Amino acid sequence: MPGSEGRRLLTWFAAISLHRHAKPLVFGVALLPFAYLMWSAVFDQLGANPAEALVRSTGDWALRMLCVVLAVTPLRVLTGAPALARFRRMLGLFVYFYALLHLLSYSGFDMAFELADIASDIAKRPFILVGFLAFVLLTSLALTSFNRAIKALGAKNWQRLHQAVYLVAGLAILHFFWMRAGKNDFAEVAVYAAVLAALLGWRLWRYLVKVAAGGRRSSRI
Amino acid sequence: MLITTQAKGFIHPVPSEITLPAAYQSRRDLIRLMATGVAGAALASWASREAFAQAWTPPGQLAALAHGKSSASGALTLEKVTDYKHASSYNNFYEFGTDKSDPARNAHTLKTSPWSVDIEGLIKKPGRYALEDLLKLSAQEERIYRLRCVEGWSMVIPWVGYSLSELIRKVEPLGSAKFVEFVTLADAKTMPGVGSRVLDWPYVEGLRLDEAMHPLTLLAFGMYGEVLPKQNGAPLRLVVPWKYGFKSGKSLVKIRFTDKQPATAWNKAAAHEYGFYSNVNPDVDHPRWSQATERRIGEDGLFTKKRKTLMFNGYAAQVGQLYAGMDLKKFF
Repeated sequence: MPGSEGRRLLTWFAAISLHRHAKPLVFGVALLPFAYLMWSAVFDQLGANPAEALVRSTGDWALRMLCVVLAVTPLRVLTGAPALARFRRMLGLFVYFYALLHLLSYSGFDMAFELADIASDIAKRPFILVGFLAFVLLTSLALTSFNRAIKALGAKNWQRLHQAVYLVAGLAILHFFWMRAGKNDFAEVAVYAAVLAALLGWRLWRYLVKVAAGGRRSSRI
Repeated sequence: MLITTQAKGFIHPVPSEITLPAAYQSRRDLIRLMATGVAGAALASWASREAFAQAWTPPGQLAALAHGKSSASGALTLEKVTDYKHASSYNNFYEFGTDKSDPARNAHTLKTSPWSVDIEGLIKKPGRYALEDLLKLSAQEERIYRLRCVEGWSMVIPWVGYSLSELIRKVEPLGSAKFVEFVTLADAKTMPGVGSRVLDWPYVEGLRLDEAMHPLTLLAFGMYGEVLPKQNGAPLRLVVPWKYGFKSGKSLVKIRFTDKQPATAWNKAAAHEYGFYSNVNPDVDHPRWSQATERRIGEDGLFTKKRKTLMFNGYAAQVGQLYAGMDLKKFF
């Protein structure tokens, strides 16, 4: 149980999440990495291998955004600030935005947009295939992210579809892990894996508690 | 009899007759140099300074290392030399961290003096050789080599050193010596990466004796006319230009002659990804990426199509015979 100080903080947090400037502010902050990368590219601040730097950092930011969007629900429940839910779609679309930049960087800088080369690369290399699968899933989520899609699919089906984001998290970590596997360099992968495991583990735990309590209501994990 | 028809216009040259732009340019430089020489000795030296300056700007960072030009075949590529800035800041030297900017940041702790190299194994003259003696063992030469990293990028670097074969001859290998093992420094106190489990330290590399004896195999002490920066493997390193960069061990502390193929660091870490030979080969892909093309650091822009990787990194004429009859897909 939070003390009175903690309770005041939570109230304040719930209040600012409702503020009319909160959403544009989050939008602006989520765009900062993109702005920074563009600035670095234009002013030659990406080091000796700018293409590699862009491919990698767009991938990093897609993964970071994925962690952020998956943190929304736990944060909402733990802080009791229901208004947080209204950031979820926007943040989810930012995951897609950075994932798309990642795919475009790879396709353009590494493969010179040669579609045949890209297709054979996807077929040939498991780590590229896994990353591409994650992107395809994200595309289906992005394409059904607007209100009319929810109506058309029905809330239940829509929710089931959008639970695919958990699969995306697994695929993204596997993609990153495989990419680093050749160098036995797993420190960074482990950090992201731990964060995602905590975020997904929290949902699993909550779901199991509900099942154990015999709750027959649909469990919104 | 050769009859030139109207349609043909003139006798077209066959492709092999066409002078490469780089060769054409270097001849023009030479002619200009000579012409200025006629005008006056003072002007000639000024012009030659200009001609050399076209290759790269002397970095002026470290002590100069006196050297002559190499006469070894293939030792002086005419390609544009990579900026010193990039060559000394984009490095794979995992003892100082796995990020390519880590070595330049962390390698200042490396103590390069005093330094000695243990030369041992199947040779007549084993012993501990001091760096000062190794520096003087043979005439230092400049070699401008392409460097192709297994990760798919490349540079062109003017090294200073001499053929490893000069050293090998001095230590007199026994008939039973078939391989040379290169052990590099692994000092946990000065190298933060040595604590990591990325590789099995110390970093060990190896060559077949005939590869080690090849005139292009360089024992390098410097680059860009100066002693090696620490992040590039000071005070002495190997440079094997027709193999992926990781075959060229940095900061060498031991050279051992053996009758068995050495167990090399990357091969131990991932045998299916990194073979003992690791010759640059556009036809044998890395399991996780293609080796058919490469990006030249500092030269190819973001939207430039990557350049084609050449067999043996363009040194096939010099080293191809070392692998005659070998299945290079099997011995990758």
